[in-house]
Amino acid sequence: MENSKSIPILYEGEGSLIQPIDLNAFRELNRKKNKKLESKLMTEEEAVDRFLKDGDYIGFELYGTVRAPMSLTRAIIRSGKTDFRLAGQGVHEVDLLLGANLIREIDFTYIGLEVFGVSGNVRRRVESGDVSNVVEWSNASLTWRFKAASMGIPFIATKCMLGSDTLRRSAAKVIECPFTGEKLALLPALILDVGFIHVNRADKYGNCQIDGISGFAFEMSRACKKLIISAEEIIDTDDIRKAPDRTIIPYYLVDGVVHAPFASWPGEMSNAHEKDVDHYNMYLEKQKTEVGMNEYLKEWVYDLPNHQALLDKIGTTKLKSLRI
Amino acid sequence: MNTEYNPSELLICLASRIMEDGTTAFIGTGIPMLAASLAQQMHAPNLITVFEFGGTGAILEKLPLAVGDTRTFNKALHASGICDIMEAAQRGFIEYGFLGGAQIDAYGNLNSTAIGDVLKPNVRLPGSGGANDVGSCCWRTIAIMKHDKRRFMEKIDFITTPGFIDGSGAREAAGLPPNTGPYRVVTNLGVFDFEEKSKRMRLISLNPGVTVEEVKDNTGFEILIADNVEYNDPPSEEELKILREKVDPDGLYR
Repeated sequence: MENSKSIPILYEGEGSLIQPIDLNAFRELNRKKNKKLESKLMTEEEAVDRFLKDGDYIGFELYGTVRAPMSLTRAIIRSGKTDFRLAGQGVHEVDLLLGANLIREIDFTYIGLEVFGVSGNVRRRVESGDVSNVVEWSNASLTWRFKAASMGIPFIATKCMLGSDTLRRSAAKVIECPFTGEKLALLPALILDVGFIHVNRADKYGNCQIDGISGFAFEMSRACKKLIISAEEIIDTDDIRKAPDRTIIPYYLVDGVVHAPFASWPGEMSNAHEKDVDHYNMYLEKQKTEVGMNEYLKEWVYDLPNHQALLDKIGTTKLKSLRI
Repeated sequence: MNTEYNPSELLICLASRIMEDGTTAFIGTGIPMLAASLAQQMHAPNLITVFEFGGTGAILEKLPLAVGDTRTFNKALHASGICDIMEAAQRGFIEYGFLGGAQIDAYGNLNSTAIGDVLKPNVRLPGSGGANDVGSCCWRTIAIMKHDKRRFMEKIDFITTPGFIDGSGAREAAGLPPNTGPYRVVTNLGVFDFEEKSKRMRLISLNPGVTVEEVKDNTGFEILIADNVEYNDPPSEEELKILREKVDPDGLYR
């Protein structure tokens, strides 16, 4: 293209592109994805064993302690796999992964404890350099990066982040809009190696329903090379077919389906259970120090073989009291 | 009823009074949730609350404790997702946005990313989250801050969320939507706006018992003082009654 016809880059963020954009490879992969209606039911351990490897770029949905795929997160920590790169829009699951020191690079938007403030795990891992590369984004920007990948395009334009150090430490680029002349930040598409989402209901093939707000499940589920679902409840495909408008994630996006009631514990799950406030308050104390966090991980993750063992440890009385 | 009030209750009332009826407010965790709920029950029954991860028009019967909380779509009019909400803000649909941070400067720029050099931080903070998006796209932002010299600084360590950047016209020059930006800063000492020409922070009203000197002494930059600085009314009996009995019956902020 002639120079006079190209759009000049007015500004480039200093941050690196942690996950390279390869949309043609993504198209090839999507072409080959299994479209058969075959059961993908498996355990957390099988899913992590089959689909996750060292160094993968991973992401989680939703936010805070809400609908977080914690049973899969604990399986990841127990698996011994490590050195992950992360889309850092998650909170409780990411906090545990940082506590276990499994993250090396982060596309960072928010990792903290919301009303309870700064996370001890984030502080220890980022300030020490255990996490060696941090690139800044906003919540909308990171989600729109998934959206770009979901659309199959290499970038999406936004008015967010302009004029900030968040932009400076991102990997976005600023151009003048060829239609209006205004400045726009271009956000590079983000394709996850493996995504993890917890849903209210799924059938054995991976058709998923989510009750209430859907966060960024729609966009993220379509921006994954591999997608592992955990579901509060496994339902018949007939029930999926009775209300197809409720399917937010169709089966062909999904690689593994794990039946995991209370998967978001100690967080909450809409229409299923409340947050375990007592346990979370204990966690808030433990995460303040490395020693406390290690004790927590030993007792509540490493020393338990699987999700059922965790549920047994919590006990039916407690779990019943959390049911909505 | 006990008409004594604590600092949080005062901040909640001050923030609540700023919000107009028939508008939309992007609500963050904590004090903004209580302020919006109080405003709905005092003077703004048609204030629509918008929560980042998809809850619009919820009835805040129980206080949400997080922006993705089930309570953010309690009896709501719409439960969608973050793209729907952020895109609404980007196309000009959301009037007020609430912000907070570890540091603020005279132009209302906010830092919630890192204390010290971001590449080798003394304290790694939680990051932008939705703050940058709110500060970029909502029409009028309201920052709620604790007021001292460590927070009100001449130069903050990192601009997570742009205010007026370095003065008049800077937001537009950076490409941000025109006629947007910081509107008020509400602190334990008073309420501040931004002077039209310089876009610098200006004291417009003091909280009960606070002096102009106290504000100056606790601000790390030269603060403008409005010609007629008024005193904010303390929380009224009605405000306190609604706040304590309806908005926050469990006393989380008492």
